[in-house]
Amino acid sequence: MGALQSAPAQPEYRDLADKTGFSYEQIGVLHKRFKQLSHNEPTLRRDHFSAIPDLACNPIRAQIIEAFFDRRNYRQNNEGKVEEISFEEFLVVMSHFRPPSMNMTDEQRESIRKEKLRFLFNMHDTDNDGTITLQEYRHVVEELLSRSGALGKETAKSIADAAMLEVASISMGHMEPDEFYEGITFEHFLKLLKGFEIESKMNIRFLNMDTTTLCK
Amino acid sequence: MFYQVDVKSDAEVQVVESGLCWLTGVWYVTLACPCFFPVLSSSRFHLIPRLSNIVPESCLLITVGLLVGGLIRLAGEKVPPVLNSHLFFLCLLPPIILDAGYFLPIRPFMENLGTILMFAVVGTVWNSFFIGGLLYAVCQITPAPSSLHQLELLPCLLFGSIISAEIHINELLHILVFGESLLNDAVTVVLYHLFEEYSGVGTVTVLDGVLGVISFLVVSLGGVLVGAIYGILAAFTSRFTSHIRVIEPLFVFVYSYMAYLSAEMFHLSGIMALIACGAVMRPYVEANISHKSHTTIKYFLKMWSSVSETLIFIFLGVATVDGDHSWNWTFVTVTVILCLVARVIGVVGLTYVINKFRIVKLTTKDQFIIAYGGLRGAIAFSLGFLLDRDVFPKRDLFLTAIITVIFFTVFVQGMTIKPLVELLAVKKKQEAKRSINEEIHTQFLDHLLTGIEDICGHYGHHHWKDKLNRFNKKYIKKCLIAGERSKEPQLIAFYHKMEMKQAIELVESGGGVKLPSAMPSTVSMQNIQPKKPPPAKPVERALPQLPKGREEEIRKILRSNLQRTRQRLRSYNRHTLVADPYEDGFGDLLIKKQKMIELEKKIKEMNNYLTVPAAPPDSPTMCRARLASGRDTDFKPAQQKENKICQDPQSYSVKPSSGDVPTIQVDLASPQSPDSVNLLDELKRADQQKQDEDQGLMMRPPSREGRANKQGEVESSKEQQKLMRCLSDPGPSADEEEEDEPFLP
Repeated sequence: MGALQSAPAQPEYRDLADKTGFSYEQIGVLHKRFKQLSHNEPTLRRDHFSAIPDLACNPIRAQIIEAFFDRRNYRQNNEGKVEEISFEEFLVVMSHFRPPSMNMTDEQRESIRKEKLRFLFNMHDTDNDGTITLQEYRHVVEELLSRSGALGKETAKSIADAAMLEVASISMGHMEPDEFYEGITFEHFLKLLKGFEIESKMNIRFLNMDTTTLCK
Repeated sequence: MFYQVDVKSDAEVQVVESGLCWLTGVWYVTLACPCFFPVLSSSRFHLIPRLSNIVPESCLLITVGLLVGGLIRLAGEKVPPVLNSHLFFLCLLPPIILDAGYFLPIRPFMENLGTILMFAVVGTVWNSFFIGGLLYAVCQITPAPSSLHQLELLPCLLFGSIISAEIHINELLHILVFGESLLNDAVTVVLYHLFEEYSGVGTVTVLDGVLGVISFLVVSLGGVLVGAIYGILAAFTSRFTSHIRVIEPLFVFVYSYMAYLSAEMFHLSGIMALIACGAVMRPYVEANISHKSHTTIKYFLKMWSSVSETLIFIFLGVATVDGDHSWNWTFVTVTVILCLVARVIGVVGLTYVINKFRIVKLTTKDQFIIAYGGLRGAIAFSLGFLLDRDVFPKRDLFLTAIITVIFFTVFVQGMTIKPLVELLAVKKKQEAKRSINEEIHTQFLDHLLTGIEDICGHYGHHHWKDKLNRFNKKYIKKCLIAGERSKEPQLIAFYHKMEMKQAIELVESGGGVKLPSAMPSTVSMQNIQPKKPPPAKPVERALPQLPKGREEEIRKILRSNLQRTRQRLRSYNRHTLVADPYEDGFGDLLIKKQKMIELEKKIKEMNNYLTVPAAPPDSPTMCRARLASGRDTDFKPAQQKENKICQDPQSYSVKPSSGDVPTIQVDLASPQSPDSVNLLDELKRADQQKQDEDQGLMMRPPSREGRANKQGEVESSKEQQKLMRCLSDPGPSADEEEEDEPFLP
């Protein structure tokens, strides 16, 4: 399955493995992919992502690409955007999609849940103000329905409105008629998707590392 | 297989005899009604809650059967062989399987397909060989040895099961157990034939084994193929049924049954065919048929499958009392114990292998539930009944063993599983309804994961699912779904479903009563609309207060109008389901306007509880509403072809209206603003003003800003149409929505 145990990269990999939780094989495979995407340059830029053919028909392509260049996802509590990313940052973003391992305590599971939901939240909250406003949510729904042409435009608004109403009802319960619901904060977001079981859904099988151990 | 039974003797006499016997049997069962109805109703309808909590339905039903059988025995009559193969395989089994297949939740099923197949196929095979082998060893000791294959036949029978999962566990386990039991039946039947052949032959070579495996694959996959073909045919037919709404459900049932019979005719697996047919046709058929047909199908399937299941268990009880039993302590107890042991070992072993390939692993608790929760059922029993006495001298022994295992499973395991589930604190199924936020995020997550997979360069699960969806959307839906619906994305479909549900709830709650809303909050649309910087003064709408008396009067008028509408609908003949659009002359215009005012008032009151803004007139909801209610039937074809967006025949005027026609706009005002009587005047004022999007007091459907008045007309007539349609609909219960998931995965 390729040069997995390449010795020269070992110390770097160890560092990365500690930081992100991937195994050496997974890091090796992802590194190969990184080099392939960036045409052997040390950093990736947005146009490298846009060049991926399969991604072209994805309705939320733009948001996905932005997520890679968003400093909030690098786990360093920074904010803002960058123009190009190194392999380490690439890996950190990918690590949000690791499945939780089987023997984990409840707190660990909870923190993984929070992390994944935080990633989603950052994707929606494009202006970095910590809340998802109605406008941003509308944008999300519009993007999702962007393939259905004019039919979707108006309905997208209604759907977003209805969804927002639901969030407000769940989070705030009772509101006076002249109060205004600013937007979905992260706590409300957590509450909203409580039953969603995101830790089981938001996972990618990173080339099924278990089978490689069987192959040995 | 079931028709071969008659070949032995004179066909006609046999058929007539069995027919008569069957009739007598039904007669006896009917006589026993007084004794089993109370039991039945208490278990089915939970009149005695404690009883139904402790004892599962199947237990009660078998007990009733035993009672009836006992009564008949006492009466000295011979119990007729009611549970013969014809009755079972032709009449009793298909409804149950179709019910399961049609309402199969496709998405979880496909996600866990590998696991389910492993459990069903490998698990059953393992069980049969393990138990068969050990029983053979045991039987060497007792003075009644039988051939290995006959014994292997027995356990493979035992592990077929009828779907009955009474426990409410979380979705993953539920789909695993459910899916496994579905496929189990198919596997069992196939294995049964296989082993029957082997027993006939006597010796088995390796070649036979290989052929057996091949035949297994052919039978199951062939069955699926046959089912899929019929499913597509049914979907295609439903595309053209807009003019014959009345018999839409019939197509569903007939095509499914034909799929079953065709598969059986070619010795393929009829059960798989039935499941495949139901699962394949459902998304497309549901998009095409009317709301009423959908309700009809749902209730008929549930009814038939309930009745079948009930009858099967009762007959099981009857046959137990009567049958010729040959009781051999060793054999029977060893069988029971071995069943349990084999099941546990099978589940544990398979889970170990499966967990290597799963992202979300199965825990020990899950394994326990899977092992313990599989119920054996009547397929086993009826297959046992089919065994030929000459080839299988031990038939009675087998039957006794089967019955014992069934009783054990049903009674002991059935009764103890609920407390065990509670004890183990297995995560319960989320009772909450699917919200629109979850739906949005499910879609979002799908696309996100597909995107990430593409970035990784890894063609995984999501990538192929996405490809399939796109293929589906591009080609298949265009063929199989009529009209505008074929382009409707899933999110929008879900949203419309919610709207529909809400409209129905609105009507069913009657005049002015609180909606049983899931969200008892006072948050309404105005709270989330961004406030524009307010103009010089806050807008004070000088709406006259409504005196209490007038309110009551209006409510009465509304109620009586609703009744009148109901009466009017009743007078139609059975071929016309829709109102004749040109029946109301212009003279009735005023009455209609009055109704509209009241309706609007009602909606104002209800605004608190509406979580979904009213739909704009040209939205797909309206088109679907028209489609669903069959109003298209009265369209002139020319009209339909001209406008892409269909006009409703019940709109007051078809010609574009001028600006000075008083129109009624359905404005959903906040609960704050008092109801107004002079709506016509009020709204004229509103027309003249520039329509601001937000004044903090009014919410309008977003698309309505600055639109022509005509749209307002059309929209309000939509509301009425919705109302009328909802009234004639007996009203599906809003809580039975588990199956009504968005139909496309």
